Amino acid sequence: MVSAILTDKKRNLRDAYSSALIELGHKNPDVVVLDADLALSTKTKRFGTVFPDRFFDMGIAEANMMGVAAGLATCGKIVFASTFAVFATGRCYDAIRQSIAYPELNVNIVATHAGISVGGDGASHQMLEDIALMRVLPNMTVIAPADATEMEDVVPAIAEHEGPCYVRIGREDAPIIFETHGAFEIGKGYVLRDGSDVAIIATGTMTAEALKAYDLLKEEGIDAKVIHMPTIKPLDEELVREAAEETGRIITCEEHSIIGGLGDAVAMAIAKKPVPMVRIGVNDVFGESGNARELMEKYGLTAENIVAKAKELIEK
Amino acid sequence: MHDEKLIKELKRKALQIRKWVIESIYRAGSGHPGGSLSIADILACLYFHEMRHDPKNPKWPDRDRLVLSKGHAAPALYAALALAGYFPVEELKNLRKIGHFLQGHPCMKKVPGVDMSTGSLGQGLSVAVGMALAGKLDKRDYRVFVILGDGEVQEGQIWEAANAASHYKLDNLIAILDRNKLQIDGPTEEIMHTEPLAMRWKAFGWDVIEIDGHDIEEILDTFHEIKLNEKPTIIIAHTIKGKGVSFMEGTLSFHGKPPSHEQYIRAMSELEQEERELNG
Repeated sequence: MVSAILTDKKRNLRDAYSSALIELGHKNPDVVVLDADLALSTKTKRFGTVFPDRFFDMGIAEANMMGVAAGLATCGKIVFASTFAVFATGRCYDAIRQSIAYPELNVNIVATHAGISVGGDGASHQMLEDIALMRVLPNMTVIAPADATEMEDVVPAIAEHEGPCYVRIGREDAPIIFETHGAFEIGKGYVLRDGSDVAIIATGTMTAEALKAYDLLKEEGIDAKVIHMPTIKPLDEELVREAAEETGRIITCEEHSIIGGLGDAVAMAIAKKPVPMVRIGVNDVFGESGNARELMEKYGLTAENIVAKAKELIEK
Repeated sequence: MHDEKLIKELKRKALQIRKWVIESIYRAGSGHPGGSLSIADILACLYFHEMRHDPKNPKWPDRDRLVLSKGHAAPALYAALALAGYFPVEELKNLRKIGHFLQGHPCMKKVPGVDMSTGSLGQGLSVAVGMALAGKLDKRDYRVFVILGDGEVQEGQIWEAANAASHYKLDNLIAILDRNKLQIDGPTEEIMHTEPLAMRWKAFGWDVIEIDGHDIEEILDTFHEIKLNEKPTIIIAHTIKGKGVSFMEGTLSFHGKPPSHEQYIRAMSELEQEERELNG
């Protein structure tokens, strides 16, 4: 088990991203960062201030940014390309497919403002399909860290990893759940709470909700196992199958469409030996404007909904 | 002025490239002869004179790069690479065949000498911009060549990349536009106009040079003219689709179709005849 806490302390993952990038930039002169006119929002601008020679704003031209990232990578650069998740993936799908994933280049696409918690900007900016889009690409690694501490571990890990990576983080400050660094490893899931009645497998922003759900379920006498799954691809299938065997019930939680994301990946992993399963995510609809918390509640991305679904699953 | 021996040698290379284009596409049973033949002279000049490269060291960091953005002309690139010594010429007979490494479109992971995987039009210029930026960052003096199709410049991403290239003052970037005036559905100006081509590129901050893309001497002279003046250069090479094979020249029908057996025999005998005349 990996130690995880739940307090009111929060930190923004974008701040963690830029701090980790700067630290990496000091250590490795091959690190180059690109952005597409959202450098103040993604916080890559901070890297650009420290390393002006290794930061390139490509303007509002995301597909070109992906191609430029690929070209830099062919020359030995470790490239980070950032913009909002909606532009980074859907808009650039073919550029990523042809110029990054197929030649298996060291381009790390770090997308911010993923999910419905983007809030007021509405459906046009609430990317709920990015995990699905990136997961289907051969050679692509897909990661959704849960908190700022983990994000600081993800950045050097993907820099070291050979081949393309997609990392999605949200806009909002997120509860700190990991007090210490060092746990993150690409392709590994983590048991944060042990229990045998149901396994809750969560990724990204939903891991904090899963931990809350664990406490609420405990009060009702239900022992949940909570697994944090920061890497959606390649999935820690062994851990999923173990959890399925131990608990006999699985709930997946993600701030993403229920189609194509963590839920699908987990379902595929247990397809040979299935157990009853519920996928929590946005139910194949576009979002809308509202504040982050209101939206998470309206679309069922809360601890309370996890509890309700767990109880349904156990009663059946 | 270049010495006659060099010109003759490059003409010979261009003919060999053309012969292998026909041979490999005929054997593959599919492929794009028209746009492969139109760039044969340009490739001959690049790989056998102009580019700094080493077939024994395909990943040499200081090499000049070439991105074949119009990836469907892969047979011509493969022929140039094989003739230069990147892999055995005999492999050209296995183009597009399962289990062999010469993919229908260039794949950098499989083919030594291919600097970038391409095939989806509109992306190569962006990649070339990244390579040129890396050269500036690393203070290496290599140049990046990129070959674009004239239909290809209908893609929006080309203009995103064109804009970035001049913004970042990439004078180590040289684009060559294969202006053969035909795309798969018809003449470029009928399908989706691209003119005034030179003005468009000038407006995007590029130096523009227009040449006859089949005149070896003019191609070589043009490369010598290019200056390091903080501007990227585009060479609009006026070419003939299917150049070198009489019944393929200027026609649409051989954009993406292999020759029949009879056409193959005829094409090869025409090219061989030309070779004999050259060798005099």
